Amino acid sequence: MQRIAIVGASLAGLRAAQELRRRGFTGNVRLIGADPELPYDRPPLSKQVLAGEWEPARAMLIDRKALRSDDIEISTGTAVTSLDLGGRRLSTEHESIDYDGLVIATGARPRRLPTATPAGVHELRTLADARSLVADLSDGPQTIVVVGAGFIGAEVAATCRSQGHRVTIVEVAPVPMERAVGAEMGAVMADLHRRHGVDVRLGVAVDQFVGDERVAGVELGDGSTLEADVVVVGIGVVPNTEWLEGSGLVLDNGVVCDATLLAAPGVVAAGDVARWPNLLFDETMRIEHWDNAGDQAAAAARRLLATGAEAQAFTPVPWFWSDQYDRKVQVAGRTNDADEVVVAHGAVDEGRFVALYRRGERLAGAFGMNRPRHVISSRALIAERGSFAEAIDRLTD
Amino acid sequence: MRVVVDFDLCESNAVCMQIVPEVFEVRDDDFLYILNETPGEELRDKVEEAVQRCPKQAISLAEG
Repeated sequence: MQRIAIVGASLAGLRAAQELRRRGFTGNVRLIGADPELPYDRPPLSKQVLAGEWEPARAMLIDRKALRSDDIEISTGTAVTSLDLGGRRLSTEHESIDYDGLVIATGARPRRLPTATPAGVHELRTLADARSLVADLSDGPQTIVVVGAGFIGAEVAATCRSQGHRVTIVEVAPVPMERAVGAEMGAVMADLHRRHGVDVRLGVAVDQFVGDERVAGVELGDGSTLEADVVVVGIGVVPNTEWLEGSGLVLDNGVVCDATLLAAPGVVAAGDVARWPNLLFDETMRIEHWDNAGDQAAAAARRLLATGAEAQAFTPVPWFWSDQYDRKVQVAGRTNDADEVVVAHGAVDEGRFVALYRRGERLAGAFGMNRPRHVISSRALIAERGSFAEAIDRLTD
Repeated sequence: MRVVVDFDLCESNAVCMQIVPEVFEVRDDDFLYILNETPGEELRDKVEEAVQRCPKQAISLAEG
């Protein structure tokens, strides 16, 4: 293997490139990304950058000098348009790129509402999005409607509220962050936002935006209208796989890989775009979180370099964090399809606790609020296929 | 190899502690403690992994 191409130059793409070098790969490593920026970190965009505490440039993950010293060739602002799987060749608008090994790390993009979006309606995924939103919020306290109370929506609401803006969250699900943390902990998050003065509207959809040149409000499905100076839409993401249609790779809500992250001979995928069977949970998953992007990319890079017998299944315990107000929320493992959710340590009222998620006899997940150490120890137990009973014991000690 | 933590950035996510418990410990007070600032070469791979996987990118390595 002489030439490895990595499509997607965000966290996963960069970590794949760095892991190839760490493992002693001496051939050509080429990182190709559609975003005009060098690789940057997304978590600060909805926190420090949005709060104005950081210049956007501080979110950069690496500079050109460091890329050069690792001999990583990078093309930014370059969209790969198609893949010839048999011929091991990529096409961009301007050139063809031959490869021996390929890492697919094209990530995901924000889902959009099927309605016209006037100026003042933002999404928050890229550095450019963050700059544009920060510029729109710089004019003193404003009235903000956040559409969608997933991760990004909840963090944007918390950051904006902490900056003194008037904030309303509109979420079609019965609680915020339901997909990420489940119904019980979602209700805890709803309380948290309400206690900080956010108007949380649940179980209601957005019909359309009011305003022609500039947004003035949001019409909801229940017939009410909210005033808005600025709207932020965070209603989930869709994996960027259009460029792979017709390539022969299996696409199904992401690039479908085997348990070792191989999507085809010489082709691996990682990050938000990759869907693979995680044998630890007997569950096929696609993870949209920061920790997985880097970890999975490193595993995918090693897979590419491995001979068949060395190939290892990628079996992580997913983990993410979210900072909202003065709370650090951390979640390890799986929170979906839980048979039971139990607060096993601390108390919800005190804002410092751990809840555990049971699947059958096993510990499947852990949710912590301001309890990082306990979440990490639960994460280790989930990795060992530990029992729910033992997890409860450990936390109540 | 010397482990350097920027405590202005560190938010005690404790990811490092899971990867290299020989070097990092988040205690009950929610603060990170460095147990060994100059770990041996046998821990380099793990410490480098902790550097990359720190959610706040608060850890770095100085040589010597």
